[in-house]
Amino acid sequence: MSQGAALPVQSPSASAAAAARPDVCLRGLDITFALKTGELHAAVKNIDLDIAPGEFVTIVGPTGCGKSTLLNATAGLLKPSAGHVEIQGAALNGLNGKAGYLFQADALMPWKTAIDNVAVALEPMGVPKAEALQRAQDWLARVGLKGFAQRYPHMLSGGQRKRVALAQMLIRDPQILLMDEPFGPLDAQTRQIMGNLLLDLWAANKKAVMFVTHDLEEAIALSDRVVVMSAGPAAGIVGDFRVELPRPRDIAEIRTEPAFHAIHKAIWASLRVEVQKAYSQGEEAQQ
Amino acid sequence: MNRVTLIALQLLVGVAFLLVWHLLTTVPVADGKPLFAPFFFSTPLEVLARTWKDFASGEIWRHLGITLLETVLAFAIGAAGGIVVGFAFARRELLAAVFDPYVKAANALPRVVLAPIFALWFGLGIWSKVALGFTLVFFIVFFNVYQGVKEVSPTVLANARMLGMNERQLLRHVYWPAALTWMFSSLHTSVGFALVGAVVGEYLGSAGGLGYKIHEAESVFDVTGVFSGMVILTIFVIVLDTFVTAIENRLLVWRPDTAAKTA
Repeated sequence: MSQGAALPVQSPSASAAAAARPDVCLRGLDITFALKTGELHAAVKNIDLDIAPGEFVTIVGPTGCGKSTLLNATAGLLKPSAGHVEIQGAALNGLNGKAGYLFQADALMPWKTAIDNVAVALEPMGVPKAEALQRAQDWLARVGLKGFAQRYPHMLSGGQRKRVALAQMLIRDPQILLMDEPFGPLDAQTRQIMGNLLLDLWAANKKAVMFVTHDLEEAIALSDRVVVMSAGPAAGIVGDFRVELPRPRDIAEIRTEPAFHAIHKAIWASLRVEVQKAYSQGEEAQQ
Repeated sequence: MNRVTLIALQLLVGVAFLLVWHLLTTVPVADGKPLFAPFFFSTPLEVLARTWKDFASGEIWRHLGITLLETVLAFAIGAAGGIVVGFAFARRELLAAVFDPYVKAANALPRVVLAPIFALWFGLGIWSKVALGFTLVFFIVFFNVYQGVKEVSPTVLANARMLGMNERQLLRHVYWPAALTWMFSSLHTSVGFALVGAVVGEYLGSAGGLGYKIHEAESVFDVTGVFSGMVILTIFVIVLDTFVTAIENRLLVWRPDTAAKTA
């Protein structure tokens, strides 16, 4: 099923590191949930996936195919039913301390100001408070929120809250970035701005990224590799495509390029089947 | 509607009520007597005069002081107990499951029936009133803290854990603030109940406090005294509530302004 995951993974900028072990290595991963009715629901089945250091991998698939489940297993928030997760060569046990996670829903602590939300991320690392605040202020400036340090989350727009969350994740300098449709709730323009901001920050300090989205255009514009998952239940990987578009990219402009269209066409051919399958399943479920 | 008009209308209702009361109890009708006998209904002016006298003579301050002390103690002890037990139950599933029927049973009991028992146990001083207020405040705070800790947003929690927080840090940065929010959202109710506990306790047996004063007036058919006691109690509640609102606004600055509006 997963034809691409077995291929040697090499991006031009990180080829030396990629020759070594991958940052994320999923092998034969099964994740099964017990439903409230007592029956078992297999979310994903037999997943093999490698992500090299510095590689930006996006997972696309129809709604409900278990993309987020896969991400949560990599984060250690969810224990796989079978198979194993290796992070930088070591088997994952408990929470993934090397990873930062950007959630789709609001994950900031609503009772803390923007700067406190960012600074608190350094507390578990034992950074003294004064230094943490100083570094948080720097990070807020980097995500374009210099004058918003004292705002509480409810006083910020959706895009601004995502910027704070991004700073909160990146200030800890995690080795692996996990993102679950982070820009999903935002409007189209804000998504593009956030996408470019993410690429800028990522380019400055390349980390392995596992990015989940249902938006194929966003996936291609951002990533080095696009992985297509089949419709659930028991979803697997049905396609693995390399995106050979030059960097740095501009999310909005890259969509107009012919090469982009060619890649889009190829991936969509594979994704469309799964989306239709998921759709017809949904129709059946409603009847 | 603008603020001035609203306040004017609010005042109008109060003035109209007082005016009707005044007319019904002072203006003579057919047989030379007012429709409502002042013996049973008193008159607004008499109540006002009595209230003024109580304040001027300074006698009322002792009673106010006692009631305030009881209210504050009942609230403080009840809230502290509610927070500790609420936290413990929310973090230890087994504890909550085992005690669940007993908590429900205890909360279902009308607290007034406990007043004589408390008087027996703690005497007629302030502690029997504090105990009564405690049984009311404790459950409100307990349920809210329990709920607050249980209903912490799973995303906020997962995020905090991904940031590497240990149990102690989670408690400090996530659970505690979440529980406090719920506690403060019930602050008006719990302070109100602390006062109810104090006044009812005084009413049923004591030697001081606003409840005692009202009871004392009642027992000699001094309707003016009863109404005057009620007026003072009302003023006391309004002052206390304003104070609570001020605290709430200070502590919940991070919330969208729903807190201030429901106040």
